[in-house]
Amino acid sequence: METHKDVVCTYCGCVCDDLEIQTENQQIIASKYACAIANEKFLVCRKERNLSPLLRVGGDLVEAELDDTIERAAHILAAAKYPLLYGWSNTSCETIKVGLELAELVGGLIDNTSSVCHGPGIEAVQEVGEVSATLGQVKHRADLIIYWGCNPGSGHIRHMSRYTLAQGRFRSGRKDRKVVVVDVRSTPTSKVGDEFVKIEPGGDYELLTALRMAIRDEEFEVDKVAGVPVSKIEELADLMANAQFGALFFGLGLTMSKGKSENVTAAISLVDDLNSRTKFILMPMRGHHNVTGANKVFTWQTGYPFAVDFSHGYPRYNPGETSVVDSLARGEPDAALIVASDPVANFPKPAVANLSKIPIIVIDPSLTATALLADVVIPTAFLGVECAGTIYRMDGVPLYTKKIVEPPPNCLPDTLILQKLLKRVKELKGV
Amino acid sequence: MEYIIRGGIVYDPLNGINGEKMDIAVKGGKIVESVSSGAKVIDASGMIVLPGGVDLHSHIAGSKVNAGRIMRPEDHYRDVVVKAGLTRSGVGYSIPSVFTTGYRYAEMGYTTVFEPATTPLKTRHTHDELADIPIIDKGCFPLFGNNWFVMEYLSRGEIDEAAAYVAWTLEATKGYAIKVVNPGGGERWGWGGSIKSIDDPVPHFNITPREIVRGLCQINKMLNLPHPIHVHPNGLGKPGSYETTIETMDCVRDFSDGRPAIHLTHIQFEGYTGTNWLNIGSGGDEIAKYVNGNPHVSVDLGQIVFSDTTTMTADAPFEYQLYLITGNKWTNADVEAEETAGVVPYVYRRSNYVNAVQWAVGLEVALLAKDPWRVFLTTDHPNAGVFTEYPRVISWLMSKKAREKVLSKVPRNARRRTMIAGIDREYTLSEIAILTRAGTAKILGLKNKGHLGEGADGDIAVYSLNPERIDPSTDYRIVRRAFRHAKYVLKDGELVVNDEKVVRVVEGRTYWVKPKVPKDLYESVISDLRSKFDNYYTVKMSNYFISEDYIGRSAPIYTGGD
Ligand code: SF4
Repeated sequence: METHKDVVCTYCGCVCDDLEIQTENQQIIASKYACAIANEKFLVCRKERNLSPLLRVGGDLVEAELDDTIERAAHILAAAKYPLLYGWSNTSCETIKVGLELAELVGGLIDNTSSVCHGPGIEAVQEVGEVSATLGQVKHRADLIIYWGCNPGSGHIRHMSRYTLAQGRFRSGRKDRKVVVVDVRSTPTSKVGDEFVKIEPGGDYELLTALRMAIRDEEFEVDKVAGVPVSKIEELADLMANAQFGALFFGLGLTMSKGKSENVTAAISLVDDLNSRTKFILMPMRGHHNVTGANKVFTWQTGYPFAVDFSHGYPRYNPGETSVVDSLARGEPDAALIVASDPVANFPKPAVANLSKIPIIVIDPSLTATALLADVVIPTAFLGVECAGTIYRMDGVPLYTKKIVEPPPNCLPDTLILQKLLKRVKELKGV
Repeated sequence: MEYIIRGGIVYDPLNGINGEKMDIAVKGGKIVESVSSGAKVIDASGMIVLPGGVDLHSHIAGSKVNAGRIMRPEDHYRDVVVKAGLTRSGVGYSIPSVFTTGYRYAEMGYTTVFEPATTPLKTRHTHDELADIPIIDKGCFPLFGNNWFVMEYLSRGEIDEAAAYVAWTLEATKGYAIKVVNPGGGERWGWGGSIKSIDDPVPHFNITPREIVRGLCQINKMLNLPHPIHVHPNGLGKPGSYETTIETMDCVRDFSDGRPAIHLTHIQFEGYTGTNWLNIGSGGDEIAKYVNGNPHVSVDLGQIVFSDTTTMTADAPFEYQLYLITGNKWTNADVEAEETAGVVPYVYRRSNYVNAVQWAVGLEVALLAKDPWRVFLTTDHPNAGVFTEYPRVISWLMSKKAREKVLSKVPRNARRRTMIAGIDREYTLSEIAILTRAGTAKILGLKNKGHLGEGADGDIAVYSLNPERIDPSTDYRIVRRAFRHAKYVLKDGELVVNDEKVVRVVEGRTYWVKPKVPKDLYESVISDLRSKFDNYYTVKMSNYFISEDYIGRSAPIYTGGD
């Protein structure tokens, strides 16, 4: 039996790096410190997976040699006029780098999952900036924690115990902090909060604006905003302005509800205002373990965090036009490479309908709904379990994940698969 | 591959060569005495031949640079770079993407560039980007001026332990030099306030900025690091800041041993007189006077270039002030137990009184400084200007006429409150070679860089500039054009730029230092770190450490400690 210490978890954006994993004969037999989600994944993921490269022959997916799948995939990409390369948030930065080179080579559209989750939040950052800090700053200093439109209690299970409510240098754990939850309904998170502010669906922008007014001591002409009594808003504004260090975490409840990027812009502006009174930061609760890294690698190589179109020979960015769902809905891509993602299960119907009409290559450890529609399916090793690579935590702290067991014979790291694919496409294109 | 660069006019100040017509031979990546008759010939007649440029302070990689890129798509829209055969696509302007950064530096004849501020916890990110920057050699300076371990050891007077800690961190992050930004002020900003003077106590840490700077300077000596402490002082960007700057330089005067013990970076930003934005003036002459009289100090300019750019610094309270003044968008990113950072877009305008004073400060320091080996050309890219504007700064240094042209356009009171109009000095080509390569290589302690002697790295820049035909004093536009686009560039003995175009993409080295510390001291500090690390950080100590094979072409420099 072997014990692996300081293992980096590759499930949610918390990227806990303190796990202990026990292995025996190349099998994971136990884990320590992992949350329920991670535990389940570490113990189960390797059992329910795709072990074989597959090719569509006639109407069916049949088992194939790895080299043959790469060959077919390369031909699809080389022949395509405007391929889509999508996914990237559940894989390593090393893989994303190869993906970007491939996208540039084939003049395609490359997008990552933030396009359909925190994309509006990123557009808000491009509007007004972002006042943030690493999670350790919150652990050491914050006396006020606000969770807005997010539910770490079931989505980011260790967010509170590791970061926001942990023992810090200047705060001794839970008792030194006040926790406020703003949401449209009560959740496991709201139950542990000191305050729960129940807001009408779609009322985020109004409430954020009202809070900004209250902080500036402006008078209200109404009794309620977004279903919240004005007295409560003023109380919350006081709480925020009088905190020594406040931290506002927001989730898809804010980013994806009515108003989208305006909501986040209002939240950022609220935090900007608060900094003239005290110290305040905010942070999106990023879901996938490396969605932050995907944004970062995209940005340092192309200038833009997602939705990058290479069809003109240089990176072009125009969300709404160059974002995956919009482009698919217009039926633009004529082939798709999907890496570590399952758009068929998640995208709106018109996008899925058009996706299903074009050749699809799936590179993923699991047999996803998208894989079942694909022409080429290439299984991969699990990042952070069967292969190593860099990922970025939701606060931008980079961590290098480990390999703890050998992958099955046909499951290579996706970095390697993409490198082979890139090499072959280059040959086919004569470059 | 062998090359002979024939008939060029060579400027190699470290070897005392000042505009001599001679051949330079390159073989196996190094400069050699002679090559075989089969060597490829590069005809450099009528051109100048210099060692490859060495930049000691340019923000090209890491979390705050990328935060600037994310925040500013509008910056990218106006400068797109198309994929071309060998070279990757990207975007340019004030925060170029990684590939573009490497190509543009190479096209300018620069072959070595240091990223001067990386917070240790996020230095893996910095290396991720550095690894993607093609052609040039590079390295990065970890930030120590607000580090909890450093402040604690120093406040307890445990200088040996502090030195061992710094040594460990340099190794753990694969960093090259000790960087200090707004010492103590970052910790203060963790609560939203700022530090006013170098004797302000840092809350909760029983230490002052003066003690932090002195401690780190002493540690730098103990570890025998190749570069002096690289300091961005308190109070940067404020009227009256020149006094704190001089106090900061002076607080380590007793560490003087004939060579610089402290490097003050982007001196322009901290060289102002006055008490408010209306009466801000140039302290350039005061700074130059201090530098001239004190060999323990070196500085780089941080010269303003009038343009639309992106400011970014670990001095987050400075960026907050800039956000308040401009109302522009603002990014802030504090890092646990270590640092802060901020990013704000900014436009420098000739018609703006304050900007005009800023422009004068940098040039005054350069023109009044007597020893070119302790003054270096930077724009603190992209803070005061983009690195591709270096040739413009060179033209201002070499031509009074070029300066007068700017002066004729700035507000009259800016002319009155600065001395620049009365300074006649014009830099020579040899002095420019010192400011941009020989001097910077020397202050960085890179023995194989910045010169063309036998055994030096084959990093060479050839520019279409014939000093026998043109007079930089009047033909400053030709000078600008020549330095912007090198005719030929060799990197490690390979021709990477031919006829002003990148023709070959090579991988540059990453320099870092591994200082030696007595074994038992090192071990006792590691065990102290182990016991505290989990309390201070949200990552494990083992995951904080960046292994050597992570950083691509690793080039460690081993230094012997006491
Ligand atoms: S909270 Fe997230 S990162 Fe941490 S153990 Fe659970 S799934 Fe993994």
